[in-house]
Amino acid sequence: MSTIVSLPDQATATLPKRNYLNNEHGLLSWLLTGDHKRIAMLYLISITFFFFLGGFFAGMIRLELLTPAGDLMAADTYNKMFTMHGVVMIFLFLVPSVPATLGNFLIPIMIGAKDLAFPKINLLSWYLYMAGGTFVLASLVLGGVDTGWTFTTPLSTHYLNTHVITTATAIFIAGFSSIFTGLNFIVTIHRMRAPGMTWFRLPLFVWSNYAASIMMVLGTPVLAIAITLVALERTIGIGVFDPAKGGDPLLFQHLFWFYSHPAVYIMILPGFGVISEVISTFSRKRVFGYTAVAFSSVAIALFGFFVWAHHMFIMGVSNYSVLVFSLLTMLVAVPSAIKIFNWTFTLQKGSVTFETPMLYAFGFIGLFTIGGLTGVFLGSLGMDIHLTETYFIVAHFHFVMVGGMLMAFLSGIHFWWPKMVGRMYPESVSKLAAITTFIGFILTFFPQFVVGYLGMPRRYHAYPAEFQVLNVLSTAGATVLGVGYVLPLLYLGWSLKYGAIAGNNPWQATGLEWQIQSPPLTENFIETPIVEQEAYDYEWLAHKTEREATHV
Amino acid sequence: MSHISPVLWQFLTKWMTTFAIWPQEASTIAPWADALYLFLWGMTLFGMVLVGVLLFVFATKYRAEKHPNAIQIEGSTLLEATWTIIPLGIFLFVFVWGAWLYFRIYNPPANAMQIYIVGKQWMWKAEHPGGQHEINALHVPTGKPVQLTMISQDVFHSYSIPAFRVKREVIPGRYSTVWFNATTPGTYHLFCTQYCGTLHSGMVGEIVAMTPDDYQKWTEQSTSGMSLAQNGERLFSSLGCNSCHNGTAAARGPSLAGVYGAKIQMEDGSTQIATDGWLRDTILNPSQHVPAGYKPIMPTYQGQVSEEGLIDLVEYIKTLKSNYRNQQTLVTAKSNDAAPTTPDMVKP
Repeated sequence: MSTIVSLPDQATATLPKRNYLNNEHGLLSWLLTGDHKRIAMLYLISITFFFFLGGFFAGMIRLELLTPAGDLMAADTYNKMFTMHGVVMIFLFLVPSVPATLGNFLIPIMIGAKDLAFPKINLLSWYLYMAGGTFVLASLVLGGVDTGWTFTTPLSTHYLNTHVITTATAIFIAGFSSIFTGLNFIVTIHRMRAPGMTWFRLPLFVWSNYAASIMMVLGTPVLAIAITLVALERTIGIGVFDPAKGGDPLLFQHLFWFYSHPAVYIMILPGFGVISEVISTFSRKRVFGYTAVAFSSVAIALFGFFVWAHHMFIMGVSNYSVLVFSLLTMLVAVPSAIKIFNWTFTLQKGSVTFETPMLYAFGFIGLFTIGGLTGVFLGSLGMDIHLTETYFIVAHFHFVMVGGMLMAFLSGIHFWWPKMVGRMYPESVSKLAAITTFIGFILTFFPQFVVGYLGMPRRYHAYPAEFQVLNVLSTAGATVLGVGYVLPLLYLGWSLKYGAIAGNNPWQATGLEWQIQSPPLTENFIETPIVEQEAYDYEWLAHKTEREATHV
Repeated sequence: MSHISPVLWQFLTKWMTTFAIWPQEASTIAPWADALYLFLWGMTLFGMVLVGVLLFVFATKYRAEKHPNAIQIEGSTLLEATWTIIPLGIFLFVFVWGAWLYFRIYNPPANAMQIYIVGKQWMWKAEHPGGQHEINALHVPTGKPVQLTMISQDVFHSYSIPAFRVKREVIPGRYSTVWFNATTPGTYHLFCTQYCGTLHSGMVGEIVAMTPDDYQKWTEQSTSGMSLAQNGERLFSSLGCNSCHNGTAAARGPSLAGVYGAKIQMEDGSTQIATDGWLRDTILNPSQHVPAGYKPIMPTYQGQVSEEGLIDLVEYIKTLKSNYRNQQTLVTAKSNDAAPTTPDMVKP
């Protein structure tokens, strides 16, 4: 099988003498850094830790559900497990995953800038993230929380005596971390593009992170408000959500989903960006319909704000509003379909190779297509009545979030790993990991569609015996999936020391980040690049390579 | 086989025989929901196959070995339009179908039989108009529309009957309704699907659909002897409601005869419709519902009447077709001052 990987001669190649990793030494040089690349690495280490923590909770959930009876742990413990799984995975992994690691590392380089607009705010956002993470760990150590990640009132305000406020504080703080990241990206993309880097020459990764940033900045404050009201209701009983005091318990649902629906687009949009880059690189071809892909990100960011009440179709909201929200939900599905077809047609007449990032990207397209289309089931009013609050919805969002987002994240990590650390990951074992993840994923979550239609409710500690076979399949799949996630941790760690020297541009990719050394200098560019080519201009790259060859 | 792997053996023999893959269809709506579900899977399959085949064909035909030099293509407005308009058309079709099904599921027929449901951590109480009380069970006749009027005493719950394909959130402080028409006698799952605390997964029960004859027998055997309206009548006098709402010309409160379902002119000029939920709310928040010509003097009964008691009162008010019944109550109350009440009916 042919490959586009072109590495320097390993006998003579060395890592660049000066780069952002060895520019300064000592722990303090990392903890007080303003370098977007170092902050990205800090984020990468921390989100990896929280990913495996969240994964541990998922493992415990699946183990409990191996048998119909609630026999492994007490009901309260189980409730804490799925709450902690949701809180950790959503607020501490999925939301920051691509933007805070890959986005932080790449956006300034992709637009030809030396750093983000506000390096210190960038560092502050990592500290806020860590503070949020510490509060989550504190609530865990103190005994956990069992509200579910949705914090439904009045359960969370009046009926539970677990560590709701500690967890609420964690989410409140972590929210500001993502607001700051979003703000930084927006300003950077507007103000710091290199000469000639017009909006329509931006890589699609930048477009999709831009769209996600807008959602972070506009949506996250509403979550902060909702979570603050929960805390105030718990402590001093202000009664906004309490019908006995004239409050409205549905108001919380509106506020919470006003953030938490856009949040799924905050999570998935940066993943779309990764897929655009990867598909283009391994097809040697510009992304089909660049403007359509760019604007579909913006369309998702726009429509994404007006669909929140589709989480409330069975809650007795008015007939007119359910119609409007269902219709808008159907509209927001269209830009995603546009993207899928554009990526697919990018392969057409390309020159396709199948390195690991591409395998993950194929996995992404397949799983996201299923995840997206099953979302249409739930957006359809009458169908939602039977499907909502069952395992169908669990399967749907795991197809989008894990099958989609996590595949995109892993694709991106493999794709830019050589740029981040200067060394290649081992190709064959990573292909194995990609395939293992895909198979494990399907086996874990596909049975959940079936068991959901049978009516098995989510968040059940014990369940009727006839659902067992499907749950056993799901738990078996989770085991395979777990292997698929541990493998990259091991071989990426290994590659830090033993991986092949990658050189500047192992993939022969067109982005500005590939035209500089790996790992990059602290200041990224020796001189500010002047951009004369569009994104994904492989002819420009060929000319450039030719020119360099003749000069040498 | 059993000596090779006991676990696998058990899986094959025991589990596979109880393996369910499609839920029972036991209501008139179930086949309609299933039809949309199958259509949606058809759509998903079509999308998957289309994308899958395109990916496979492109990835094979244009793999680097066979096609070493990529041909750059900008895009195609025609193709963009195609894959915008066709999915949009399909999704809009799904929207219309789904909306149609939604209103079919949630708009009850006028002749539906009424049953009340009260949810609390972690049990379901059912109150039949004839005075039958059930916990974590619901007996219903087949072939007859049944409407459930539901309320929660504490947190959000959700009343889900998968075999009927119906579900509705049960909310504190307001009534929500759902209806169904069971077709096949049998026992079906009842689940609480909204996470509600520790024993959420224990908030389950049985829906027993019975032939009308069996149902008739069941109602006769299980009645507590007092209908909900009769309970409500006693409560009406024991709470002293009839000292104002007695239908006489000099009464301080409006007559409640024929109020249910009527449009009421309010003091602030608005018109409100006296639904079940409205009646309940007037008892708890009377100051927000002052009818034209009356003073806001009614005290709130918040915390004094349980949800079951409120249901009894609402049922009683619904039966008041004329002032005659109302005055009868007045007479009964006078002649029988210490009306006995069911202990759990009024909170102390």
